This record gives sequence, C-alpha cells and structure tokens, in this order.
Amino acid sequence: MSIELSIINSVTIRDSKVYKNGQLIFKSEPDLVISKFLKGIYRDQNLKYPKFFKMDSLSKFGYLGVEILTNANIQDKETALIFANSASSLETDEAYARTMAEFPSPSLFVYTLPNIMLGEISIRHQLRSENIFLVSEAFDPALFIDYSRGLFQQEKADKVLCGWVNLHNNEYDVFLWEIARSGGIDFNEEELKKLYLPTHE
Amino acid sequence: MSRNYLLSDSIISPLGFGTLENLKAIQNFDSALKHHNNSKFFKNGYYAGLIDIERINDEFSKHADPVKYTKLEKLLILSIKQVFDQSNSVDLNATGLIISTTKGNIDLLGTGEFSSDRIYLWKMAKIVAEFFGLKHKPIIVSNACISGALAIKTANDLIEARRFSNAIVAGGDLVSEFVLSGFQSFQAISPKPCRPFSNDREGVSLGEAAAAVLIGPDFSKDQGKIQYIDAVTANDANHISGPSRTGEGLFKSINRLFERNNIESSQIDYLSAHGTATNYNDAMEAIAFDRAGLNNTPVNSLKGYYGHTLGTSALIESIITKHSLLKDKLYASLNFTASGVSKDLNIIQDHENRELSLALKTASGFGGCNLAMLLKKERI
Repeated sequence: MSIELSIINSVTIRDSKVYKNGQLIFKSEPDLVISKFLKGIYRDQNLKYPKFFKMDSLSKFGYLGVEILTNANIQDKETALIFANSASSLETDEAYARTMAEFPSPSLFVYTLPNIMLGEISIRHQLRSENIFLVSEAFDPALFIDYSRGLFQQEKADKVLCGWVNLHNNEYDVFLWEIARSGGIDFNEEELKKLYLPTHE
Repeated sequence: MSRNYLLSDSIISPLGFGTLENLKAIQNFDSALKHHNNSKFFKNGYYAGLIDIERINDEFSKHADPVKYTKLEKLLILSIKQVFDQSNSVDLNATGLIISTTKGNIDLLGTGEFSSDRIYLWKMAKIVAEFFGLKHKPIIVSNACISGALAIKTANDLIEARRFSNAIVAGGDLVSEFVLSGFQSFQAISPKPCRPFSNDREGVSLGEAAAAVLIGPDFSKDQGKIQYIDAVTANDANHISGPSRTGEGLFKSINRLFERNNIESSQIDYLSAHGTATNYNDAMEAIAFDRAGLNNTPVNSLKGYYGHTLGTSALIESIITKHSLLKDKLYASLNFTASGVSKDLNIIQDHENRELSLALKTASGFGGCNLAMLLKKERI
C-alpha cells in the first residue's frame, strides 16, 4: 500500500556554494564569514524581506533555502514542513550563553529552539500547515521518508518541504527538497542519498 | 491498519517518582512549585518545580553509577526503566525510542563536565538508548513546547510506517540557568506560583520532569485502554515568540482534527489545555477554544501542579489525560481563582468523578507551533 512520491526540486548549500537541482547558482569566495556569505546569497537572489536581518544564521539558511527551492513562491498553503539537523540551535545557544554574564538577550534567546526556523518560513509564506523539527546524529533519509509518507498517506499534505539545515562551529550543511505525489524523480532512500552526497564537480 | 494505544507509563517529577505517586499528589492538590534561591538571575528567589538530585542519585544507583550520567539522562533512564518494568515481553529489537526535549543537557554548556559532545541532543538520546540496549537509532523531536505530544504522534506514524512495531516516547527538560534567564529576559516568569487562566495570573513558572510512555498495538484483554486516535499540527504563521491573537493555528489544528475524524465539539468529554499562565498564551487559547465551540467542555491546565516542563509538558499532560479517562476523573485546574480570559471556559475547579470517553489534548509553543490530539477510551 506504499504510495509513490516524487522529489521535484532540491537545493544544496555547502562549501560557499549554492546549487539548485544540481546546477551551481551562486558561489562566494571560500572562508568568508557566514554572515557575509548569507548576505551574499540574499543579495544575489534579489530578495526583499527585512525580517531576514533579524534572524539567526540557522533560520537564515532555512529561509534562503526555501526561497531558492520554491522561487520565493509557495502556492499550496497546506505544504508541510519536515526539518531536521544534528546540532539543534547550539550555535545560537552558545551566543545566548555569552550574554548571560551581563544582560541575557531576549532577541537571542528566542532563537534557542531549532523549530523557530519553521516559524520564520511559515510567516514568510503564510503556511498554517503541519510542522515538525527532528534531530539526528547525521542526515537520515529514511526518517524523512517515513515521516513524510505518513503525512501523504493520512492526507494531511499534498506537498512537503524537507530540510536538513545544520550549523555549528561555523560549519554548515544545508539540503532542501520538495516532495509531491508525482512529477519528478522517485522519492526513495537511494535517490535522496544521491542528491545529498554528490560533489557536484 | 492497526490502532496504537498509550500503554505503560511513568512520570518522574518533584511530585513523585512514578505515575502513581504523581496522581496521588494531584489528588491531594500538591504542587511541585516551591520557592528557590539558587539562581543568580533572581535577587528574591523564584518559584519552580525542581527535582532533588539526592533522590535522583539514590534511585539511579540501584541501576547504574550516577556519576557517569547527567541529571537529565538519569531522569530519562529512570522513567523509561519504569515503563519497561511494567511491560512484559517488549522486544528490544522491535522497539523504537523517541525522545522529546527542547534543551537536553544544556546545563552542561560551558561547564567542562562530561565529554563535550554530550551537549548534542542526539548524543544524549544515544546514551539513553544504549543503556537499554535498544537496537533502533533513537529519534529526537525538538519542537518547542508541543514536543511531548508531537513525539506521541511521531511514534504512531512511524509504527504505521513499520519502522518499528512499538515505541517508547520519553520526554525530559531541566530548569537550568539558561532557561530561567531566558524566560526572565522576556519578563515572563511569575513572582508567585503560576495561575493558568486566572485574572490574577502573572506569568509562567518553570518545572523539571521526565516522563515516558509505551506506544503500540495492544493485544491484551484489559478492561479499558486508551487509544491514540489522531493528531494535527498547525503553525500560526504570525510571530516567532508570541501567540496569534486570533488563536489561528490552535483553532486550525483543532478544527482539522475534528473534521478529519467526524467529531463535534460536544463529543469532547475533557480538554487538557496548555495553559502556561502568561497573559497572551491563555488569552489566545480561550479564543481558539471559543472558536472551536469548546466553551462548555471541562478544561484544565496542569501547570499549577508541575510548572511548565517544556519538552515534557505535553507528554505528562497526555499521560494524566490517559489516567483521567481510565479513572473517569476530572482533575482541578490548580491555582485558578476567577476567569481572566475574554471567552467563557468551563475550568475544572474541583476534582470530579464523571464518565469520560473522549479527550482532546492541545499544546502551543514558540515558533508559532500548535498541536491537537484525540485520545479515546476503548471499552471491551
């Protein structure tokens, strides 16, 4: 009774480069500080969304990934979000902890939960849809597959955006993809690994 | 499709080590919320529910060396151990572990205690899974204050996907300086024990706790059992730290849940609310419940007993809901005085025996997340 699902688009942000559907679309000089790299993508994509500048870096990665993945337009407002990473919000946790000695910063504290990224994406695209944030040691394709199949099978969504958005100690690894009932490559573990792992060179 | 049930459970909190002790404390209107003076962020102290580390170590040393595990790991392990002890013939190779937490071992940050990878949620989960020799890689749900109930939904959905045949859902969070200072920076901490839905409410009280429940099919011939029916989440798409003023996401999650399952609001016998006792949250919930036609449904918040236990709260509340249904008992919403929300709600003011069959559990959290879940008593 397993249903057929398709991957219709994917985005990878890794090593100062941004790829959409395997094509390099943006490249910055290597070893640029992350905030500048993120701003570079924002400018290159010609985005106009002032809330971007208030976000922490983890949310910026998620927001930018979704804008690129969807050409900044999600039509199906029931599109579900299934996101995961390995380091949770630890990058911002550490930044917040540094403020605890003097004045604990409420604007940092609010970003000390990884699912805030889902809130940012939902606000941007006005999605009042199914959301979940999961944490695993490494990218776990089977977990995304099992959870999204459940949403399709239970008819809780017709489209799902999945994201592996990890950031810690200035290392980032971002991979997003869109799943629909048809129209792309098969949504299975093997295809997902192929999209996640290639060197793109 | 086989149905899943809330089977054996455990709550480890300041109110007791085990669900029975917790239920007895609630029956006696006991509260975990006591005055403490151990935080540098509160000149005059603060109210919270803290678990005595001596008691944790006493209990834990019956099973393993308390020095080798963090406070939260010990709480999670003790809780899961109680579930295993009550569950005959659980196959460790076919049982998943789903951990619900917001901050995990955040109290270790910058201390140099334990190895530095212990701060990762997956590492903490791995240590707990290894303690019990569970074969499946643990899964962590970290979705703010709806995590505990969302982990039950995740268990159900992954059992349906045949990832495993049953799952332990375990939740835990601590009252750390990290979290205390953060809520204080929002000026969200109540100077008195929290008073959900009351007109004199002044904010949240935090609490620490761990809880666990076995989710899976039930082939026993028990007289009553509690079935997981369905759960729906919906985002407010409004604000990352403040709830929607119209209760949009919460209303939508309840409304969708009712529509999907052909349920009318009048069929709900009991509503277990989130009720953190912040001004905005309780006001938002009242508006959403009003829009969903739940004005007359008996409702409580358990935060007056436990404080807000973050990633554990919706799990504890689901476990208490299970026992409410089994015992046909509504528990009073502790610390409620007079209504302080704009819509009529039927707040449970005293413990009451009443026949119960269908319950609605809701939760909301930072990031604009909301969840609604249906639990039902099955009579044989």
